[in-house]
Amino acid sequence: MKFEHKLYLGLGVFFAVIVAIYWFWSGESGGSTLILASALLGLVPGAYLGWWAMRMKPRPEDLEDPTSEESTGVVGAFPTYTIWPFVMGMGAFMIGLAMVFGSWTLVIGFAFAISAAISVTLESKRGGAV
Amino acid sequence: MKRSTIKTARAEGNSPASRRVRWGAKLAGLAVGSVALAGCSPAFGAYRGATTQGRSTFHLFQGFAITAIFVGGITFGLLFFVLLRYRKKSDAIPKQRHSNVKIEILYTVIPILIVVGLFFFTVKVENKVDALNPSPNVKVTVTAFQWGWKFYYPATNTTVIGSIKHYPQLVLPEGETTAITLVSQDVVHGFYIPAFNFSRYALPGFVNHFDFTPTSAGTYIGRCSQLCGLYHSEMLFSVKVLSAQQFQSWTSSQAGKVTA
Amino acid sequence: MTLLEQKGEASAHLPVEHHQGPTGYYRWLSSTDHKVIGKNYMYTSLVFMLIAGLMAMLIRTQLASPNSTFVSQQTYNELFTIHGSMMLYLFAGPFAFGGFANYLIPLQIGAPDMAFPRLNALSYWLYLTGGITMLLGFFTASGAAAFGWVGYAPLSSSTNSPGAGPDLWIVSIALVGFSGIFTGVNLVTTIFYLRAPGMTMFRMPIFTWNMLVTGLLILIAFPVLTAALIMLYADRHFGTHVYSVKGGGSPVLWQNLFWFFGHPEVYILALPFFGMVSEIFPVFSKKPIFGYKGLVFATLAIAGLSTGVWAHHMFTTGTVLLPFFSALSLLIAVPTGIKIFTWIGTMWGGQLDFKAPLTWAVGFIVAFTMGGITGVFLASPPIDFATHDTYFVVAHFHQVLFGTTIFAGFAGFFFWFPKLTGRMYREKLAKLQFWLVFIGFNLTFLPQYLLGLRGMPRRIAVYATTDHFTFLNRLSTAGAYLTAIGFVVFLVNMWVSWRSPIKAPDNPWDGHALEWATSSPPPSHNFHKVPPIRSNRPTWDMNHPEHADGRVMTAAELSREVLD
Repeated sequence: MKFEHKLYLGLGVFFAVIVAIYWFWSGESGGSTLILASALLGLVPGAYLGWWAMRMKPRPEDLEDPTSEESTGVVGAFPTYTIWPFVMGMGAFMIGLAMVFGSWTLVIGFAFAISAAISVTLESKRGGAV
Repeated sequence: MKRSTIKTARAEGNSPASRRVRWGAKLAGLAVGSVALAGCSPAFGAYRGATTQGRSTFHLFQGFAITAIFVGGITFGLLFFVLLRYRKKSDAIPKQRHSNVKIEILYTVIPILIVVGLFFFTVKVENKVDALNPSPNVKVTVTAFQWGWKFYYPATNTTVIGSIKHYPQLVLPEGETTAITLVSQDVVHGFYIPAFNFSRYALPGFVNHFDFTPTSAGTYIGRCSQLCGLYHSEMLFSVKVLSAQQFQSWTSSQAGKVTA
Repeated sequence: MTLLEQKGEASAHLPVEHHQGPTGYYRWLSSTDHKVIGKNYMYTSLVFMLIAGLMAMLIRTQLASPNSTFVSQQTYNELFTIHGSMMLYLFAGPFAFGGFANYLIPLQIGAPDMAFPRLNALSYWLYLTGGITMLLGFFTASGAAAFGWVGYAPLSSSTNSPGAGPDLWIVSIALVGFSGIFTGVNLVTTIFYLRAPGMTMFRMPIFTWNMLVTGLLILIAFPVLTAALIMLYADRHFGTHVYSVKGGGSPVLWQNLFWFFGHPEVYILALPFFGMVSEIFPVFSKKPIFGYKGLVFATLAIAGLSTGVWAHHMFTTGTVLLPFFSALSLLIAVPTGIKIFTWIGTMWGGQLDFKAPLTWAVGFIVAFTMGGITGVFLASPPIDFATHDTYFVVAHFHQVLFGTTIFAGFAGFFFWFPKLTGRMYREKLAKLQFWLVFIGFNLTFLPQYLLGLRGMPRRIAVYATTDHFTFLNRLSTAGAYLTAIGFVVFLVNMWVSWRSPIKAPDNPWDGHALEWATSSPPPSHNFHKVPPIRSNRPTWDMNHPEHADGRVMTAAELSREVLD
């Protein structure tokens, strides 16, 4: 966890330095905004991970030589089959086509996407294999 | 003008040879052991540049090319040596070497030094190419549009307009500095003269300024380099560099005229 | 975080076992297994690559002779636009971070799946439909988009490019862009949270490292592209003036936004393939990777620098700070050079076994070194002024991108083919394909450097006899045809491997990373037993205890340590 924290923070600091140089040298606002956003993209998750790293024991994947007791535990629940991502993808496809052809597919698209969003939420709330 | 009459003339010679050698030698110094190449000044396929600015760019290109041959030679030399020398000979497991800090530092530091050198010469040439003469001899406003060019000489109120059926000609004086003002009427175009080693975008809503000081008389082809729609490939023009007197008589004959 | 808290509790709960699951097409549509999705990505992107490759053949045929009328200028513009868009958005990236990364990352870090399997499935469907959307452009009345894969404003505006084709292009890339963002999130989360015990960050295979950095770059770059596209769509349909001068907007803004995505994108495309060859060289040299940490930091340096170099695509606009972008662009050659020397160092003193993966990987070094060196030229603004938007640039980026995605890509494809399918490919056909593609590739692109220096702009449909471009263009076209024959050989190879399979062993190459410790193809949750991880070569350590990098376990320890 510590290293992940440092990695993000390092990238954030690097971009912060770059944005400082770039802003004072060029005064160009568009690019500066974008690099500033990149710096935040490093600093915000970096701070979050650091906050957690202080509060928890190193995880087994952070240990050089974990014992078998340290290595056991739940990895997580992984679904194996669910149709809803496909339905949501088709919904997005139809919304996309509607943006070009401006047709009634917009309604079907939203119907697909929203029903898939609800179903996938319920499904993951139930947990376990589906 | 018809396309067939535009020649892709080479711009060679005609320059103080001593300066060329001096520049060449300087840049070749970047690549250790390749100084010998500088004397014969190979072009590596590029134009030698028919303006003072283009010539500086060409010398920079030469320096980069020599450095590239040097670096590429070492890299490929090492690679082919390894490929031939360490072909599989037995099933024995070789020494499991993980790293060698000295070598790693070496192949980090040497490229940094090369890059710093290249950057130094880049900035030098860049300042030269981008330099604007405060009192140019001639001013021309170039307007790009779909699909042609308009050249306007404010001093004599001369306008030359071209199209894809009829390529316009930009006339410049030899040995004098022409200040170009470049704009676009519609989309992004690229004002590109290969023999001058130079191109610049013609942007809508943004005015670009740059200078040319042609060094050799002749006719050169000019092109649109940035995709600008259907007839992008036919948005050509020609550049004619005349001696200073010829240019004088040309401008006086064209004063106030609009050629389309 | 619930996941982590749960892990702290010492319950011996294991990944949930499979139900039988659905069968047939429904099984394929509803699968969230990263291996199924990874393979879907890989095969789909290869199909897109072949389609875009056919477009390249049409382009090269058009350019084989002066004043050619093989296709119309409008068709030509559509062809190179969709060729570039498909290769970059639909092939190179998804092939790597959708295909290889999806398939391999969980295997390499000892995880049962990606962190968000449903999101992963959604990514694939967005990608597939996005690809179809792009191809639909050819079937509209106005034709496909014809403003280049960069879609420069204001050429891409509704006045200059009206019709449904450009809109389909925008929607297509937006869909593919969202798919990429989701995959990026998934990659970073998986690598941070699902590593097996003992798999510390500095024990991850280089491929996993590169995919982590790629994931971060995706998160930096892709949202910018998606935002830029939404604004372009708004300009076209809602009357906004973000990119139009008349309403007070700025066309250069599009270039800034696009290339802020576009340059990291180049490394998003390249880094995964660097990772692949970094797996291949050690295995076929029977040595560990040379300078592991140096390689990791070089990758991070590339990621950092790559976001500060976007305007080197805009040197000739006259609107950018030349020295800043030139310095950073030149500097990026250093970590890239480190990588090349690292690969040579890995082979140095090894026992090089020239199987197809290694042959293709060496082809990659040759192509990439040439492309990289000419890239240094283009990082220098004055030289860029002379060569910008000419075939010099075309040759440069094809050497880099073709070098990485095809040479390193096929090295990786043949390397992991036994793992993916449980079958062996035909070695001789793979070698024949290599030589055809390698010779064809160099014959195609080396003359283009010269064409560029002689002043041939890119994206031109016709040139004149008096331009003297004909001979070099003919060479280039001949090379392209030779490359195409190489891909026919690839299809034959796949056909033969499909119709008369040769069963592949679990670890045919004496591989190093964790994926070679499981069966070929792997079981549904990847590992029956994860071997102990005490170095970055766990499988090697297990098979060669006398040459192991990490601590070798006693038999008693092993029987306790190995996880079920």
